[in-house]
Amino acid sequence: MKGAHDLGGRYGLGAINAEPEAEEPVFHAEWERRAFALTLALGMLGRWNIDEARYARERQHPVSYLENSYYENWLAGLDNLLTEKELLAISSDLLDRIPDAEDAKKILFSGGPTLMDDVASPRFVAGDKVRVKKIQTLGHTRAPGYVQGVIGTIAEHYGTHVFPDANAQGQRRGEHLYSVAFSGCELWGEEAEANEVLVDLWEPYLEDLTP
Amino acid sequence: MSHDHTDPPSELTLKVKALESLLVEKGLVNPETLDTIIETYESQVGPRNGAHVVAKAWVDDDFKSALLADATAAVASLGYTGRQGEHLKVVENTADTHNLVVCTLCSCYPWTVLGLPPVWYKSAPYRARAVSEPRKVLAEFGTVLPEETRIKVWDSTSEMRYLVLPLRPAGTDELSEEQLRDLVTRNSMIGVEQAKTVASRG
Repeated sequence: MKGAHDLGGRYGLGAINAEPEAEEPVFHAEWERRAFALTLALGMLGRWNIDEARYARERQHPVSYLENSYYENWLAGLDNLLTEKELLAISSDLLDRIPDAEDAKKILFSGGPTLMDDVASPRFVAGDKVRVKKIQTLGHTRAPGYVQGVIGTIAEHYGTHVFPDANAQGQRRGEHLYSVAFSGCELWGEEAEANEVLVDLWEPYLEDLTP
Repeated sequence: MSHDHTDPPSELTLKVKALESLLVEKGLVNPETLDTIIETYESQVGPRNGAHVVAKAWVDDDFKSALLADATAAVASLGYTGRQGEHLKVVENTADTHNLVVCTLCSCYPWTVLGLPPVWYKSAPYRARAVSEPRKVLAEFGTVLPEETRIKVWDSTSEMRYLVLPLRPAGTDELSEEQLRDLVTRNSMIGVEQAKTVASRG
């Protein structure tokens, strides 16, 4: 099961038609500026996390998701979040404090790391062979459809990071994160153009194939 | 495209205006905060940061080693920290390997060093094709690599953010770090192009 956002390997979507780098503005309309800033500012209220925000954008009819421009999808996500989190029903005095311009700067320049303390030892080390599980979920996952069921090799262990599948349900917990290398031929057949595709995958997605 | 000033505002313009007014009225957002967020990504955080990182790596071997070992710390040492750059990895192009970065599931991108992603990076065709037909994608950007060059595609599915360290162009031994920065394009740090050559430096 995959949503419209899970795009790796789809065909028929046409040419990329990139605007020349030197000519491309950061935003293409005033409403895009405001939609971007509203999304970030509301995110700073701490009523939802980044995975809930991604999941809110993904839960659209596939046709809408693909037809919308990027910031239209952000607005669709914001609509879902505002409704589900009942933000408009919350009185502003119940919120800790609305970030002012200075607070926002601090938040933007300090970021929000996802690295957590290890609670268990990593199950895999570099060089281990793994297969990505088939993940049948209507929830949020960061295991792209094109690697599910495919065999790869652990390239690097990145430590324990917030697990998006649980975080999207409001449960912040960590799982070991790995860079997993897939050979192009395993993914796309003998005519593959990529020699290697590296995907970041959390331990619960992976099945151990080491004998 | 220019719009006549008598054109009625688009439905999206009206929708976002109405949403902003409502949220401001409810006391949930501060209009000055919105302006600061926009200003930060329109004029402060952008690919000039990444060009600084790359040019420094080209001229300073110790910095380059540190960058490849722990990009987050090395990039922070130049003052670039923040959102969508909390965990960075730099992948180096070499004579036989070319790296390309994509986010097939959404639009993950290293904001601290490249700013906000271009429209094409967030588009369905790029997200679909970068993993399955990277050579054709590169060709659409005018980048044709020798057949024997290995192509590695990095799909940013986690909060790790990837920055490509492009090959230093030939004939640039005499250039200073500042001059080298002008050869480092945003697209070369995503991996769809090579760094500019001296001849094409505009």
